[in-house]
Amino acid sequence: MDYEAVIGLETHIQLNTESKIFCACKADSWNAEPNTNICPVCTGMPGVLPVLNRRVVEKGVLLAAAMHAEIQPVSYFDRKNYFYPDLPKGYQISQYDRPLAKGGYLDVPQADGSIRRVTIWKMHMEEDAGKTKNDPLTGTRLIDFNRCGVPLIEMVTGPDLRSADEAANYLIRLRQLLRWIGVSEADMEKGHLRCDANVSVRQKGETILNTKTEIKNVNSIEAVRTAITKEIERQIREYQSGGKVEAWTLEWDEDTQTLKKMRSKETEADYRYFREPDLLPVYLTDEWKVKILETLPELPLERRARFVQEYKLPEYDAELLTSERSLSDYFEATVRAYGGDPKRVSNWLMNDVLRMLNETGQTAAELALTPTYLADIIRFVDAGTVNANTGKSLLQKVNVSGKSPAEIIQAEGLAKVSDDDAIRAVVEQVLAESPKEVESYKNGKTGLMGWFVGQVMKKMQGKADAQKARALLEKHLN
Amino acid sequence: MPLTLQEVEHIAKLARLELTEEEKARYREQLSAILDYVAQLQRLDTSSIPPTASIFSGDSHLRPDEPRPALPREALLKNAPEHEQGQFKIPPVFE
Ligand SMILES: [Zn+2]
Repeated sequence: MDYEAVIGLETHIQLNTESKIFCACKADSWNAEPNTNICPVCTGMPGVLPVLNRRVVEKGVLLAAAMHAEIQPVSYFDRKNYFYPDLPKGYQISQYDRPLAKGGYLDVPQADGSIRRVTIWKMHMEEDAGKTKNDPLTGTRLIDFNRCGVPLIEMVTGPDLRSADEAANYLIRLRQLLRWIGVSEADMEKGHLRCDANVSVRQKGETILNTKTEIKNVNSIEAVRTAITKEIERQIREYQSGGKVEAWTLEWDEDTQTLKKMRSKETEADYRYFREPDLLPVYLTDEWKVKILETLPELPLERRARFVQEYKLPEYDAELLTSERSLSDYFEATVRAYGGDPKRVSNWLMNDVLRMLNETGQTAAELALTPTYLADIIRFVDAGTVNANTGKSLLQKVNVSGKSPAEIIQAEGLAKVSDDDAIRAVVEQVLAESPKEVESYKNGKTGLMGWFVGQVMKKMQGKADAQKARALLEKHLN
Repeated sequence: MPLTLQEVEHIAKLARLELTEEEKARYREQLSAILDYVAQLQRLDTSSIPPTASIFSGDSHLRPDEPRPALPREALLKNAPEHEQGQFKIPPVFE
């Protein structure tokens, strides 16, 4: 019997605003001391009023547009009531039946070239809760409210994913999109992008939805992939042995790489949602919406397709160059400055500039090696002003010094030596210094030619025109 | 239709309230009366009237995204019965 998995993902996306959603406390508390970004509003003191952060709506609208969702002109906040020590008010301000956006989808390219369209069932704004941690020594819990009130978008997909790899690919594309449109840092390790997975299996060809389990606390793409794979295998084993799958909530334990059963939680009806009376409806006027959407950039998959079309790049290049927005902007700016074959720019970027980015940890936008300078270097190599190796070493030199390639070539005398007399003098010197090699060569070891060329280049600090050097060597030796 | 005692107990549990038998009976009556009144309102046809979420209209009163200094931690922690390492200290939570 063949089984297939049915997977839906529930994600929480931390927006990268400066301040929290309903108060002016700093939103980012990474590495901050506990309870140092807090105020009466986010700690649930009596008599305070929440006031909505404008940027949260703007970032939410951008994300909704990027997900092709229907943006709502009016939406409401609601109270989701439950008691937990990390929730000082006893309720979370969230959105329920009238959220910021409805519907939407994300197209996710798969390894085999197909596209999986993942529909969005729920997308809304809400506030985050605090953090609690157990102190095993004293048997108590300690609570840090820094994260209370940090703005989140909750986004829930339909049961559209069919394997652990598809789920991982969805998260990879979502992370790319979030960074691309600038609404979240989307760092899973830092909790900017959190994911719970609903998993069930069924016989291939069936359309029913079997009982699902919910996997919580999967904090990296690889954890999502492994945890879902294991849960799919467990469920299939269960069915094959005549057992049944129960609606458990499972927690992923990163240390042991296993899933553990959690307590069954309160059902949704128990949250007793009602309209948040302390906040006004969110009115998104057409004028404001248009202004927000003006800042929506071309999306990654659209840009990837355009790179293939417009610049005749192979899919592979287009994919790599659009992995990140500033890199793709950098590529286009270089192509414009260069004016020649875009594939040539792509080669320089993928071979050398990407390595430089990896080594320095910079983004393309931060490089002192600007698109104009890169275009200059490629043109100097094309024109034979410098040879390819010198061109490559120029990348580093320009990026470290911030000086223009032309300036460095001039100052360091890097221009290629094509002058026959200069090269001939060095060729004669090399041959005079290497009688043994000359003899071997004359006895038929012609493979030594490369070594001779290398010696000439070495003496000329790599500046010699290698083809000329080879021609002169051959003339002298034969 | 009156609420059952079990329903009253469930609502009390969600609100983390401990009720005496006498209170349960009294709240059952009071809550039932409130629900009856709401049921009466629900008989009205309001399909042509837009729902009112707020009596203020037109403006959401939004705040610019500008962080301001936080409350001193001591000011917050002094409200707590116990604290440790700058954090609230509470009994363990049973899951
Ligand atoms: Zn605050």
